[in-house]
Formats: sequence, structure tokens, C-alpha cells
Amino acid sequence: MSKSKSVVTEICNRYGNTRVRLMDIVRDVQQELGHVPREAFDLIAKGAHTHRVEVESVISFYAFLSERKKGDVVIRLCDDIIDRYQGGEAVAEALTRALGIGFNETTSDGRVTLEKTPSIGMSDQAPAMMVNDVMVTRLTPELIPGLVAKLRQTNDPQSLVESYGDGNNAHALIRSMVCNNIRESGAVILADYKRERGLRKALTETPADVIADVKASGLRGRGGAGFLTGLKWELTRESPGAEKFVLCNADEGEPGTFKDRVLLTERADLMIEGMTIAGYATGAETGIIYLRGEYAYLRPYLEDVLNRRRAGKLLGNGILGNAEFHFDVRIQMGAGAYICGEETSLISSCEGTRGDPSDRTPFPVAKGYLVSPTAVNNVETYCCAARIMDQGAGWFAAIGTQRSTGTKLLSVCGDCARPGIYEVPFGTTLREVLRRAGAENTAAVQVGGPSGQMVGPAQFDQGISYEELATGGSMMVFSNDRDILEIVEAFMEFFVKESCGYCVPCRVGNVLLKSRIERIRQGDGAPADLAYLKKLGESVKRMSRCGLGQTSPNPILTSLKNFQPVYNALVREDKTGLQKSFHIMRAVEEASVIAGRRSEVFHA
Amino acid sequence: MNKSIHLTIDGKPVEAKHGQTIMQAADAAGIYIPRLCSHPDLRPIGSCRVCTVIVDGRPQAACVKPAMDGMVIENDTPELLQHRRNIIDMMFVEGNHFCMFCEKSGNCELQAMAYRFGITAPQYPFQFPEKAVDASHPDIMLDHNRCIMCARCVRASQELDGKNVFQAIGRGFHRKIGVDGEKALADTDMAVGDRSADVCPVGCIIKKRIGFRTAIGRRLYDRQPIGSDIEANATP
Amino acid sequence: MSKPRVATTSLAGCFGCHMSLLDIDERILSLIERVDFDRSPIDDIKHISQRCAIGLIEGGCCNEENVRVLYEFRKNCDLLISVGDCATMGGIPALRNNIPLQECIDEAYRTGVTVYNPDDITPQDPEIPLLLNRVYPCHEVVKIDYFLPGCPPSADTLWAALTALLSGQPLELPYELLKYD
Repeated sequence: MSKSKSVVTEICNRYGNTRVRLMDIVRDVQQELGHVPREAFDLIAKGAHTHRVEVESVISFYAFLSERKKGDVVIRLCDDIIDRYQGGEAVAEALTRALGIGFNETTSDGRVTLEKTPSIGMSDQAPAMMVNDVMVTRLTPELIPGLVAKLRQTNDPQSLVESYGDGNNAHALIRSMVCNNIRESGAVILADYKRERGLRKALTETPADVIADVKASGLRGRGGAGFLTGLKWELTRESPGAEKFVLCNADEGEPGTFKDRVLLTERADLMIEGMTIAGYATGAETGIIYLRGEYAYLRPYLEDVLNRRRAGKLLGNGILGNAEFHFDVRIQMGAGAYICGEETSLISSCEGTRGDPSDRTPFPVAKGYLVSPTAVNNVETYCCAARIMDQGAGWFAAIGTQRSTGTKLLSVCGDCARPGIYEVPFGTTLREVLRRAGAENTAAVQVGGPSGQMVGPAQFDQGISYEELATGGSMMVFSNDRDILEIVEAFMEFFVKESCGYCVPCRVGNVLLKSRIERIRQGDGAPADLAYLKKLGESVKRMSRCGLGQTSPNPILTSLKNFQPVYNALVREDKTGLQKSFHIMRAVEEASVIAGRRSEVFHA
Repeated sequence: MNKSIHLTIDGKPVEAKHGQTIMQAADAAGIYIPRLCSHPDLRPIGSCRVCTVIVDGRPQAACVKPAMDGMVIENDTPELLQHRRNIIDMMFVEGNHFCMFCEKSGNCELQAMAYRFGITAPQYPFQFPEKAVDASHPDIMLDHNRCIMCARCVRASQELDGKNVFQAIGRGFHRKIGVDGEKALADTDMAVGDRSADVCPVGCIIKKRIGFRTAIGRRLYDRQPIGSDIEANATP
Repeated sequence: MSKPRVATTSLAGCFGCHMSLLDIDERILSLIERVDFDRSPIDDIKHISQRCAIGLIEGGCCNEENVRVLYEFRKNCDLLISVGDCATMGGIPALRNNIPLQECIDEAYRTGVTVYNPDDITPQDPEIPLLLNRVYPCHEVVKIDYFLPGCPPSADTLWAALTALLSGQPLELPYELLKYD
């Protein structure tokens, strides 16, 4: 304990002993000790000037933090439906066989812990896993024994990376096997551009004019919600507050999306340029990039980009010789919580607490990070903003549709020949996207991830846009040999695991929804169960507190609407009055084994 | 700034003061909006969602949403009553609510809410989750089987007692109330006189040795539905 | 015209709900004038003899015998009513739902503090119905038409419910008669 004692004390000091940096403190303790032991709670609480139960509250919230001791190496296999359909189950089996342990277990020598985790942003190269912070993609069961042997031999996850991916994935500070899979570049984000020209132009204008430009471009939030970016900046600027903040949402957790991964790898400068412009426009001097824990492998590179920009007078005091303008950026690491992509949860997490969302009156633009006016935007939104300042609002507004201007990055994955990143103008039809991605015999597309909608061929001629098929980027393609309800159940399982539990409808409703889908899949459903799903789903949607619960019933509600025959084929009317979901033989099975006799009343 | 606020609730004109929430304005006008996590002495947090009303077409928790001029609010509609009922049902099946031997029965706000809604049985399957009972404290019992995660105790301890005895731990369906001590409530600085021992709407935080003192028939909600006191303020 | 028939049973219950039914006192005379009792512990008829209008179920299902009886009631009654908290939500017996079955059986027959069992025998007579893996509220086993919660529901509640149903009225309990304790 004395060693861990000094480690904890040193870490608390490292972050200035402040409560606001509790996330960083417990993350570092986890990293150094392999867990955050209960015995350390009091010490951390003291070191961060908070209460023991607050420390426990934070640790128990995030999937990557644990009070239980884990192995030196933690293998987290992505358990997304996309990974499962690309052979993830066989990989899972191979892992348990090679390691001799089950999931959520640690090898007896204490070296390796095996876990499952939701989407890690590698759906275009699934199945994939994280080995500590190292991404290992395109797994097959055949590869596993070699990988495990290598890991046993070296104890170094990086040794599993034999060749590097394209572009910056091969950068000395990334050294990852991840591939960008950029299939199509568009005019805005992935086009060649002149660095810092947007920022230079912005600094020649007044902040109000910058905001006017962004407003005129029609730019809307790329995370999916589609709020007008210029308006958000204006509200942040106009809200009273001594300090203002610009936050970048790089907590790309929506299953099936990975476009921010590629932007962080290939367009980090453009993104930070956009943040800097936002800082100038809103009057903020501090920016925070909230980076999801899964993308920790990009952190050293991003820190280096920040340092380079500081050295180049692109961050820090007096940016580009403008004596009045100071702006700097820090990275806040997440620790495995989908909810933190919700902007108020993201703010809570940046403030070092559990990622519970907060009420959106007041909105973050008025009272956000540290109760100050805060603009939270998506990675892609900042990239767009920088390009708008460079090329002009009119140029941007001319691309796309009237109400959805510019281009959109799509993360296409699943059953298609060319999964990867497609930058397309808004208004491009889904059918066209599927054609380009080489998707054949497509039965369903999950547009916008689990929180979006499941559409069938009848919707394929709709366009990708805020007014028709809205998406934060995730496009999961399922061919007609997939089981629609298996997909729906997997999405509901995801929401059950990721609900923060703050409000009742989301905490309980999703559990109930999922178990009713299970019942129907088992053939125990009746037509009344479809009405049950609809009514319960509507209640969760209408009554939940934040975006997670307000969208979590979507897999069920949209598949009920667009794939009704699938449900109808599974449910049967029953006139006996007996509940099909009650199975007497299953109910007596345990007692039958204990008693060593069969049921005299009901033998099969 | 001192101009008063005019809004309507189910078509009835209501006047509100600046700084009031929709719920406070409704209470003053004798309109009861059902609620569980809300408590008059505590900062509202909108966790139970029972008080959700429709404000200009959008669902909002009345306990946290400030009243604003011109708001058109729906409260007593068949749609909302159904959603609220569904939420109350959810609370019954997510915990282990054995009213027949609970000390809080008759004075329990969750039970009273179900009575008010005329619920004879929840529509959802009981989950029978495994939950702990913490009887370590000499004067107070903490029975997690009955907790509805309203966080009144968390707020009361911080806001009224100047302590920090409770906080949420875990997430999702496994979220629960944790205590600021090594293992159990006895390891905290909780005292029986704390307000946090008084505010629990259900039988989760119970003072020992005082249960069942009030005769059946004389308990808070034996004869009058919850909210009757507020509705008594209504002007015709 | 023959009188409507009423059947009653107690599954995993304590007969408290039946005692409450007897608590309607002299009103039982007018009840007898309006209905005939079929299978019921009150008259000791062992099986339902003909179609019944109303079946009153006390108790949830803790063993296979409970399920068999409940099936018989569902097949032979027009309306089935869960009477009391045990039928409605499992009640006190459902406290075992988080305890492993083996532990429950051992506690009952071998390790309980009041158990005297020098030969350490767990009875295994085939006559003893097998326990279910957990206690089920009745509506998880068969469709239930109405619920009368309470431990037990008061005599007035039972009376109000029966008189409403027998006169074809919808079952709407006044506030004072809907109680969970």
C-alpha cells in the first residue's frame, strides 16, 4: 500500500489537487496500479479535495475504471453487432481458448484480463479489439493463437502491431495498424486545403463577422442533432460570463461510426484550427478536446500537434501576432461511457464527475463547463468551420441541400464490399451511397447508429440530410440474410449497458424493451406484445431526460414501422389464456435436478 | 423585470413569479402535477420524470423548467397520464416493493402515487433484482430494495445537512445509492437528526424503532390521494 | 335461470385472503343467494365441476401443483381475478426469488434454526410437488382479468369487486378500497 500511496499522492499533485481533474487522477491511478483500489479512495478524496463516495461514484461509472485488480494487459474485444457479423463470435471463442479464461476473467498469473466492450470505432475493419490502448483490427480466429503467444512472450501490446496503416497511422507517435479507409473525399473536409488560411482570415474579421459567416454558411452540428453552429457560437458569445469555453466532442461512441477517428488522425490541425476560430468568435480562451477512452492511442500524436501549434503561435498567447487573442487547448480523456457523447454529460465528465447528463435549462451556451458559457461542437463541425472561413460561406452553402449545407462524412460499415469513409454532399441518396460502397442484397440500413433509424429498401431513395435521413455519420449495412430482430436486440442491449440510470424511463424502460424483444425472438410473443413495445417505447422516448433515452427505443420503433412483417411472422394469437412466455418444464427443471425425479404433474 | 408571468395549464390561466418553476406556479394555483423526486426544500433535478408536462409541444420536467411568459402547458391529458402511469409501473418492477410489511406503507409517496393513478397491478414483469439491506447504523436502516433513485437523500445531505453522506454509484439498471464510508452507513457521519433521514419518499431510509406507530386509517394517504393538499388551493 | 358460479383457491398464499372473504360477515348470506360456489376451500369441492363465471385466485405460483390448479381455473372460468398481493406480485413467498433453490430447501428441511431432523433427510416423496425456480405472480402464468391487491384486500374491497362484477359493472375501486397492505 505504501507504494500505491506515494503513486496516488504524486498523481493528485500532478493535477493540482483539484476536484475538477478527478477524471484524470483516477485514470492515471488506474493506469499505474491496474485498478483503483478501495483502500485508495480516501487518499484520492483527500488529494482531490472531495469525498470518498464521490471517488467511488466516478470509478463505478466508467467502464475503463475498476476497483477490482485487472491484468497487466486488458484485452477488450469489440462486441458490436457489426463485429459479430464479421466473425466476432469465433474470435471471442478463439480468445477464450488461447487464454484459458472466460470473459471478465483474469489469467491465473495475473497478466491478462479478457473483456467485451461496445463499438470501439473500428467497424470498417471488424472484428477488432483493444489490447490496453493498442488497436488490433481485422481479426480472425486463426490469428488469435499467434497474437496471444506473442503477447505472453513480450508482455507488450505494441508488439502485436506488425505493419502500420496508411497516412498518419504510421506516424511515430501513433504506430497503429488501423487503416483510414477513406473511399471518397469531398470538397470540404477531406479535400486538400491550405493550412491556417481559415484562421488567418477569421482573425482579420471581428468575432461578430466570423459568427455571421458561419451563420450564413448554414452549418449545422455534425454530431447528428443539427443545431445551427453559428447560432450556438453567438449565444455563447452573448451569454454573460467572465470565462467562456470551446469544447470539442471527440467522444465518437455511436456504434458504427468512425469518421472522427479518421479526422483526428488526418485532420487534427484542421479541427484545432476550427476550435481556435470558435474561441476567437465566442471569446473563449480555453478549449477542451474530449477524447473517448478508446482513442487513447491517438493521444500522444494529438498532444504533439497541440505542442507544435503552440510553438508556431497558433495556440497560446497572442495567436498569429494578434496581441488580444489568447487560446489554448487541453485534452480530456474519457473512460468508456457512451453517454458522455451527450453534451451535458461530456461537460460533467470534463468537470471530473460521473457523466450524468444535466438539465438543459440552462443550456451549455449559457451555463456549461464550470457554469460558464460553453460551445460544444463535433470534430467534423470544427473542420467545416475552418473551411468555411477559408473558402467563404457562399461556397459552403452552395454544396448540399437548402436546409443541409455542405458535405457529410459517412462511416459505412457492415455488409458491403468497400466499408470506410465517404464524404458526400448532403442530399445524396442512400441508394447511391450503397452503390458506391458495393452493398448488395441490402435488407436494412441503420442510419445514424442505434439511436437513429432502421430503414428498408422503401426508404433507399431518400437523401442523407437533416430533413430526410439524418445521421451523425454511422451507416450500418445489413444484407438480407441477417436477422432484423437480432440486430434490434443487440442495439437494445447496448442502450441497457450505456444508460446512466439517472432517470426512470431510460433506466428501467430499456431493460423491459429488450426483454420483450427477447421474448418475441424466442417465439413466445403475441400480437399484444407489439402494442406493448410501441406504448412502452413511446413512453421512454417522450419521458426520458436526455438524448440517450429519447432515442434508445428507436431501433424498436423504427423497425416496427419499416419491418412490420418480420414481427408479424414471429407473433401468434393465443386463445388458451395461458402465457406462452411461461414454460413449466423450464420452471421445474432445477427442482427436478435437486430432487432427482421428474415432474409427476407435467411430464413432457 | 417585475412584470408577472402569464401562462396556461390545460387552458387555465396561471400567474407565476419570476424565478418560479412550472411546478411552483402550478402548486400556487392549486394545480397538482404528480411528482416523486421533487421536494420543496431541495434543488430540483428531474430524475423521476413523473412531473413531465408538455410545454409548447415539447416534454419538460415541470420541477426544473422555469415558468416563462406565454407558455402553453398540458398537464392532465390522457397521453401524459398514460406515460406517467408507465413510469410508476417501472418503479414498482425495478425494485422489490413489498408493501405488506414495509414501515412506510400508508405514508409512502410511490405507493400513494400508484393509488392516485388507480393502479391495481403494474403492466410490466417484476424484475426481482438482488438488492442489499444496510442495517449497520444504530438508528437508521437503508433498504436498497425500495430505493427509486430520486436522490433526495443525496441533495438533503449536501444542501440541508452540510454533509455528503450519499451519492449515486454504478450506472444503468445497477445504479444505486452509495454511502460516504468504508463499507456501510455506520461508517459515515450520518445522524438520525439529519434531514436526509426524513426526505426519503419511500421506505428506503427508515428510522429504526418507530415503524408502524400510526394506526392504519390515520396514515398520510389512507383516505386522501397524494396532491389533495395542493388541489385544495384551487380557485374555482 | 341458474346462478353464476364462483370458484376460489389458495395457491402460494396464507389463506388470509379467504379469511378476508369470510369477513364480509352477514353479507355472505346475500352472496349465497346470488351465486353458487364451485371448487373452493370454503366448501371443500376438489375440482371445478362446471363452467364458472368468476375464479378468485389467492397466492402466486411457487410449485407445479399451483400451476396445475391455475391452469384448471383459467380453462374453466370466464373471469379470473388475482386476489391479494401474493397472486398479484408474488408476495412474501417471492422473498425467496433471490435465494438459490437448494439453499431454500436446505433451510426448510436441514439447516433452519428451528429444524429438528436428526437423520438429515430431505423428503423426496413424489407426492410433494416440485418447486418452481422462483415464485411467479399469477398473470405471468395465465392471463388474469382483474387484480385486487392488498394483504389481504379488505372485506369491503372484495365485496365491492364481487358485486360490481356480478351486476356486469366495470371494476373501479373507490380510493379508500385500493390498498397494497
